Amino acid sequence: MSDPTNKPEAAAAATGSAPPPSPLRGEDGRYPGQVRGGRTNNNVSPGLATQPATSQPHHVASDAPFYAGLAILSGFYVLLIVAMLGSDFAYTSPEHFSKALASPEIRYSILLSLFSCNLTAMLSLVVAVPLGYVMTRVAFPGKAVVDAILDIPVVLPPLVVGLSLLILFRTAPGRLFESTFESLTGMHITYAVPGVILAQFMVAAAFAVRTMRATFDQIPIRHEQVALTLGCSRWQAFRLVVLPQVGRGVLTAATIAWARALGEFGPILIFAGATRHRTEVLSTTVFLELSIGNIESAVAVSVLMVAVAMGVLILIRTLGQGERRPGSISGRGFGA
Amino acid sequence: MIEIQNLSLRNGSFALDGISLAVPAHRFAVLMGATGCGKTTLLEAICGLKTVASGAIHLAGRDVTRLRPAERGVGYVPQDAALFATMSVAENLGFALRVRRWPATEIRQRVDSLAQELGIAHLLDRRPLGLSGGEAQRVALGRALAARPAVLCLDEPLNALDADTRQEMVDLLKRVQASTGVTALHVTHDRAEAKQLGDVLFQFSEGKVTAAKPD
Repeated sequence: MSDPTNKPEAAAAATGSAPPPSPLRGEDGRYPGQVRGGRTNNNVSPGLATQPATSQPHHVASDAPFYAGLAILSGFYVLLIVAMLGSDFAYTSPEHFSKALASPEIRYSILLSLFSCNLTAMLSLVVAVPLGYVMTRVAFPGKAVVDAILDIPVVLPPLVVGLSLLILFRTAPGRLFESTFESLTGMHITYAVPGVILAQFMVAAAFAVRTMRATFDQIPIRHEQVALTLGCSRWQAFRLVVLPQVGRGVLTAATIAWARALGEFGPILIFAGATRHRTEVLSTTVFLELSIGNIESAVAVSVLMVAVAMGVLILIRTLGQGERRPGSISGRGFGA
Repeated sequence: MIEIQNLSLRNGSFALDGISLAVPAHRFAVLMGATGCGKTTLLEAICGLKTVASGAIHLAGRDVTRLRPAERGVGYVPQDAALFATMSVAENLGFALRVRRWPATEIRQRVDSLAQELGIAHLLDRRPLGLSGGEAQRVALGRALAARPAVLCLDEPLNALDADTRQEMVDLLKRVQASTGVTALHVTHDRAEAKQLGDVLFQFSEGKVTAAKPD
């Protein structure tokens, strides 16, 4: 039953305090006309009594238009994604593939992409694990600022990331760093492979940090605290109790960083250039092939990247299955 | 023994101010107080998990106020047991010994005898996931006692248990405390539980800890 006059008392009962005396109430403390057990209290004024169910049943509008609206609006976008990828696959052919793969430039680009993505994923973990841990576990002054800084690479336009890196390496400290790096390794950074990796790393690491934060957030701090009382140093508690629990999160972070690195284009173009046999990665290949009117090769390489991306997606989903809150991790990292 | 002198600390907007408390050695003390009064924070301060602003904490005759948790010689059983999910029950029980680099055979012996005493010998190879509330608390208790600490801090370990399991755990806690001689401080909001367990009772209310009568 749902008698509106019941509400004040119900609310009072919920808070555990008695309602103030009211002139509206009868001696039994109930409101006139209040119903108990579905029966009408007879010795009260009829105006406040609940009506017996003689009136027409309340008409409820059909749910069909709502569901239809949901289906049309959601279906539109999902279909668009599928159609877009489907036409890629339809456009290309095995001949296009073999022709693309026969090109030494494209072979170099595949190898450089694999190499740079693997290295970027590893480097991203090197900073994401400690940063994720610090940001979930340690309180320090200026934490909000650091938090905001960590999101900058995610929201910054990719071209700006590349340009900013370029400017950084034209400053005095940047030049010093590059000349030191060059004397140690014999490699340039700007317009060279290390530049490709740094450009990928700047963005990929930010996504890895987000994933690691979400992972550490899921692990109760109590576990570490108990480990500390059981005789662990901070490092031991981290290594023996925390790290074994974040294995999947680390793999997910690495995979997301890897996928981000594979798709990176703007920063690489500006900071490392698009020189064939030198700084050409798969996204650069698509751009270069397209710019010389070789659409078949561009689409073949795109399809290759789509296939890899879908493989990565499946991997992340599978890794996410084991997490208690898969949605918090698997959804991250696939932006523009 | 556990001796707290004029302890003050801040925890966000929450503060404890001028808390004093003394539990004689080898006794089972129970600290009663309403939910949210700061009982858990006080236990965390004893364990070294909260930084103290002023005052002193002595455990078994040692000033531990500035020591790290690992150096204090306390066993801590949190409310939710907080078992290490990636380790088996046996590995949980032996964790403190592994950190202390005991030889594997001695760890095994100690774990077996703890498991016998706590009635969890049949669970040793299981993972914490899927243990009942009572089983999990027994493992947490065994894990805390493995390295034979002088002091045992229990944070409402019986909260999530049903009535039967609760009574078993009360009996077990009393028996284990008596057999190990550990100085125990158990916090609870449950007056009946406090009277059943404690031979020293304290009441925590309005920011002060006072001795309570066991009537």
